Amino acid sequence: MKYIDEFRDPGQVRRLAAAIHRLAAGLPDLSRPRQLMEICGGHTHAIFRFGLDRLLPPCIEFVHGPGCPVCVLPAAVIDQAVTLARRQDVILCSYGDAVRVPGSQGSLLAARAGGSRVEVVYCPRDALALARANRDKLLVFLGIGFETTAPATALAVLEAAAEGLDNFRLLSHLVRIEPPLRALLEDPQLTLDGFIGPGHVSLVTGTRPFRFIPADYRKPVVISGFEPVDLLQSVLMLLRQLARNDPRVEIQYSRVATEAGNVAAQQAVARVFEAAPLTEWRGLGSLAASGYRLNSEFRRFDASSLLPAGDGETPAVPQGDDPRAACGAVLSGRIKPDGCPLFGLECTPASPRGAMMVSSEGACAAWHQYGRARHLLATREQPDVRPTTD
Amino acid sequence: MCLAIPARIVAICEGGYPLAVTESGGVQREVDISCLLLDRPAEDLLGCWVMVHVGVALACISEAEAQASLTLWQQLDADLTQ
Repeated sequence: MKYIDEFRDPGQVRRLAAAIHRLAAGLPDLSRPRQLMEICGGHTHAIFRFGLDRLLPPCIEFVHGPGCPVCVLPAAVIDQAVTLARRQDVILCSYGDAVRVPGSQGSLLAARAGGSRVEVVYCPRDALALARANRDKLLVFLGIGFETTAPATALAVLEAAAEGLDNFRLLSHLVRIEPPLRALLEDPQLTLDGFIGPGHVSLVTGTRPFRFIPADYRKPVVISGFEPVDLLQSVLMLLRQLARNDPRVEIQYSRVATEAGNVAAQQAVARVFEAAPLTEWRGLGSLAASGYRLNSEFRRFDASSLLPAGDGETPAVPQGDDPRAACGAVLSGRIKPDGCPLFGLECTPASPRGAMMVSSEGACAAWHQYGRARHLLATREQPDVRPTTD
Repeated sequence: MCLAIPARIVAICEGGYPLAVTESGGVQREVDISCLLLDRPAEDLLGCWVMVHVGVALACISEAEAQASLTLWQQLDADLTQ
């Protein structure tokens, strides 16, 4: 496919890998591996799909970041959606991955199996079409995503308002990438050396959400595309910045990403949404001004007004993650997926316990799919038959 | 899920809302082009390659930049080996 095949060229990949090895060999103090966080789940998936981590020298390590909207979706939001889906007057719809995320009462797909009307949509405009076709029902769209997805959601709200589609409702868990990155950079347990920036968030935002990283933390950022040549070029650009001690935001994905981003998309988001004071993230806790909520002009479309009222400290809808799951530690890059006791055993893509095993962009699903922990799983699954020594 | 896919605009839709028909991998789909119209009329997008995410075209693909980035590694490599 145009603009894809060229960026998967094996010759280019080999030459880039060789250049990375040459540059890495000259980095000072190789006793500690340089940790490069790929922020976006799409990058995580591409790294494993193409085996790019295996092309790097041992002194360079990918750390998987929080940029997968399904992965950071807290169980509480799924519980809210399930509560709404159980109403007879509601049709609930969302993206394919979102309906598989487990909440404390099961996933939305499980709710559908139990008789609730849950539909999968490709885009927010499909949700509008469902609302038009079912005027006797409330159509609740569970809208998740980062800045990339916020414009499409905002445009759907604007279209619903213009059309008077008063049975459309949005349950928003749209979030911003900058607050979790700040939280990770403030974490003393993490020693990240550079960031591979999310190419498709940047289509909308431009480089603005990432400029604080070199300015405040003196770490390099390279906005990257999603093909093997893109990602390896980005690694090379990060290493060059590290070698020169010249941290800044560079754009590797220049065929689509720009410094300014898409101004019309930013305007649509600003027209419809405002910052929510506090938004909960799976694994990262509550972060201030990290999510979008409908502003007063469009709040009549807010599905959260349909939820039972909260009761002080006790949420009116149940909340919860499996307490044994280490989603937070994986999500923040503290451990790899195989460090979680549930990984590959109780938590698999067919039966996910945590959201990162649901989305193909989740680090756990990528590790599982591409066999990164095959040896470990084989060890775990075999009963221990060694003779005891005592 | 922030995946955007390249698609070519093959028709501009008639009517009030700015929509276009795009083709990608042999599949045609209507997409919202309202975010690409700040500095150009819709007709100028016909034949362009755009990046589409959940039904909205968010950027035009620059062929010149695509070609430039394919040869960027050579410059990087030269810089690094100096």
